Amino acid sequence: MLFKTRNFDAAPVALSAEALTVNLPDTPGVPQVLKGIDVTIRQGETVCLVGESGSGKSVTSLAVMGLLPEALKVAGGKILLQGQNLLPLSQAQMRELRAARVAMIFQEPMTALNPVLRVGDQIMEVMELHTRLSAAERRRRAIDIMEQVHLPDVPRIFRSYPHQLSGGQRQRIMIAMALVLEPVLLIADEPTTALDVTTQKQILLLIDELQQKHGTAVLFITHDMGVVAEIADTVCVMKHGEIVEHGPVEQILRHPKADYTRKLLASVPSLAPRDPRAETQDIVLRVSKLNKIYGGGGIFRKLPQAHAAKDVSFSLTRGRTLGIVGESGSGKSTVARCIMRLIDPTSGRIELDGTDIATLSRGGLKPHRKRLQVVFQDPMRSLNPRWTIAQSLIEGPLNYGTPRREAMAEAARLMGVVGLPEDSLRRYPHQFSGGQRQRIAIARAVMMRPDVLVADEAVSALDVSVQAQVLELLDQLQRDLGIAIVFITHDLRVAAQICDEVIVMQRGEVVEHGPAGEVLAHPAHPYTRALIEAAPGRDWDFQNFRSMSESQDAHPA
Amino acid sequence: MAQTPEPRSAMQPVLSVIRLPHFGIGPKIAAVVLLAIVIVTLLANWLAPHDPLTMNPLMRLQGPIEGHPLGTDNYGRDILSRVLIGGRLSLAIGIATAIVAVALGLVIGMVAGFFRTADAIIMRMMDALMAIPSILLAIALVALNGPSVGSVIAAITIPEIPRVVRLVRAVVLAAREEPYVEAAIALGSSMPKILVRHLVPNTLAPLIVQGTYILASAILTEAILSFLGAGVSTETPTWGNIMAEGRQYFRLKPELILWPGLMLSLCILSINLLGDAARDMLDPRLKKRAG
Repeated sequence: MLFKTRNFDAAPVALSAEALTVNLPDTPGVPQVLKGIDVTIRQGETVCLVGESGSGKSVTSLAVMGLLPEALKVAGGKILLQGQNLLPLSQAQMRELRAARVAMIFQEPMTALNPVLRVGDQIMEVMELHTRLSAAERRRRAIDIMEQVHLPDVPRIFRSYPHQLSGGQRQRIMIAMALVLEPVLLIADEPTTALDVTTQKQILLLIDELQQKHGTAVLFITHDMGVVAEIADTVCVMKHGEIVEHGPVEQILRHPKADYTRKLLASVPSLAPRDPRAETQDIVLRVSKLNKIYGGGGIFRKLPQAHAAKDVSFSLTRGRTLGIVGESGSGKSTVARCIMRLIDPTSGRIELDGTDIATLSRGGLKPHRKRLQVVFQDPMRSLNPRWTIAQSLIEGPLNYGTPRREAMAEAARLMGVVGLPEDSLRRYPHQFSGGQRQRIAIARAVMMRPDVLVADEAVSALDVSVQAQVLELLDQLQRDLGIAIVFITHDLRVAAQICDEVIVMQRGEVVEHGPAGEVLAHPAHPYTRALIEAAPGRDWDFQNFRSMSESQDAHPA
Repeated sequence: MAQTPEPRSAMQPVLSVIRLPHFGIGPKIAAVVLLAIVIVTLLANWLAPHDPLTMNPLMRLQGPIEGHPLGTDNYGRDILSRVLIGGRLSLAIGIATAIVAVALGLVIGMVAGFFRTADAIIMRMMDALMAIPSILLAIALVALNGPSVGSVIAAITIPEIPRVVRLVRAVVLAAREEPYVEAAIALGSSMPKILVRHLVPNTLAPLIVQGTYILASAILTEAILSFLGAGVSTETPTWGNIMAEGRQYFRLKPELILWPGLMLSLCILSINLLGDAARDMLDPRLKKRAG
């Protein structure tokens, strides 16, 4: 069975929002953030609100919780929780309701937990505020719910502080806090977005299990279509504050009606690997036995060491893309930063066009820098906010003696190549969207005519439709200019879309290395297999609105 | 081809604050008072009715009389003239200190923030400086170098420097981790260029706020040093000197301390109010940039 096909028509309604409208009363024109949306969630049902950033999915959840920021006001409609309208309730009444009948879990469990309180006390505090249970009973129930969320060694974790736990454990604590009072409705706002894919899988399973056990209604907010395929009964697709389409998950994924839904699904990268680009003989980057060890210093005694990269070796030929895939802490970014010489490798060789740059001094490195460029993950921070786009773009060429006039002409030309109007050059980064800024960052790198481009999670912060466009741009630049790309990512779908070759890293070590088609289709190492199995929605070919097995039947290999 | 745009000045956040109309009534009054004090002291040579140093034994400790609106001191000198002329030096020392402390602190803090090896040495020196009470250090420095204006400025400046260094270092440490700084390294920009073009602008807003606090604190420290007899020589009137001399006749004639003290208090209160207003205006903008 691919999707959930449970029927909830008979179940009592847990929450319904009717013609819910939220606007910004103090902004000129009073723009509407939610335009009369209707959502119904029945007991035991999981409703996924899916949409890109700015579509209003988080505003919906905050409106239900009565936690809208000051600037936003509910202008019309009703929010009924088991038939009771929540909108006329006072602050104090809403406070009573939260945690007891509606609970919420957030994206970042580290900031949602109080760092100076033990997690056990935080779970007990919820009961202290909302029940009259005795201290012993509170403790018993806290330990019980911690066991239900499958935390290991509960007595120890009960006494731990949030920073002593892993991200997945913290999210389990959040879920325990949310469910300890058996609420009617659980709102999960991107609860797995900050987690590694293997942890994400476990948390999704946990939410599912607890939902069946307690019959909780779940409003699940996500931007990830894979997660939707895994967890949803019903899907609401949101765009610009409206629900453009809703229905059972299989119907939405198999027969989407709205153009927007089709477009959104079509931009979900496929897990099926691309056809590799032609292999050439021209090796532009060869890394051999690269090691990076942190720590180990100390005057009086040796400090503990962390081996962030162990004997990493690979080579990359002109015009090809190498993906470095791994979860957080796998050392993939360390390798990227060593190649860029933003940090100094402990040992090993990094040959760029035949020259070893691993040990070159700052001055000696300068002539090689221009052939090696980088694009970072966060498009908000990778451009100096005080500089115009033109200033950012010509900074590099001016460093290498290109006359200003020529550099400006090239910048104007590249704006066209990356699909931005020429007058963008006079503007500042905050005047652009995330995807546009990432295009600008790519243009800045391409200004230098690099041989190798290191893209460190370059599309991870972008919405899927924007992601698809940026990947397309990289592909086009690669075809036109023959740039070789080292693509660092945690997302196997993205890796499958863009990489010819893949390296899988775990705890600083390369566990698998080979052509993308080989590694992703027939993984040899257990870790690679675990990664691929944990990829949400891996059995569904979103772009073609059918399952992967149906796709394989259509195109027999 | 697109015209090269006018480079936006790093002072932009500051300029826009001055244009912003959101100042409360407090900072507005403070601005008017401070402006008045500055104008009056600048024009002291013309406004003062008498020479501040001319003694007149026949007119000792007079109350407000014809020709001496604030009365005279124990040597028969005109109090109004002395307060006006004295303010000139007090303010000048304060401003000079603020400028020198901010400039030196900026350079030292930049070096400490960007170069790991220099950091350890510089910050330990700054810790040592901060461990000595600033008044004590200033008295010792004046005692070593003699009571000239230059040595008083140096004596007040040196204890202020560590505060600026710490501030600049903290801003640089945060900013150097920004991807746009790393991108600049990848684009082959030299270290001095990155420091000046990418990092200095980040420090300007907090430095302006810190500068106002240093200005107020320096004017006060100068007055304290003079009052303790460790400031500029007693023949030169400053607010501190006037109060120090007036102390002996405080019972007979409290105005001797009242007028310079009032000017000093008003001046410092205004500067601090303006500093707070500047901080409030600049902080949310900084947060927005970072976020």
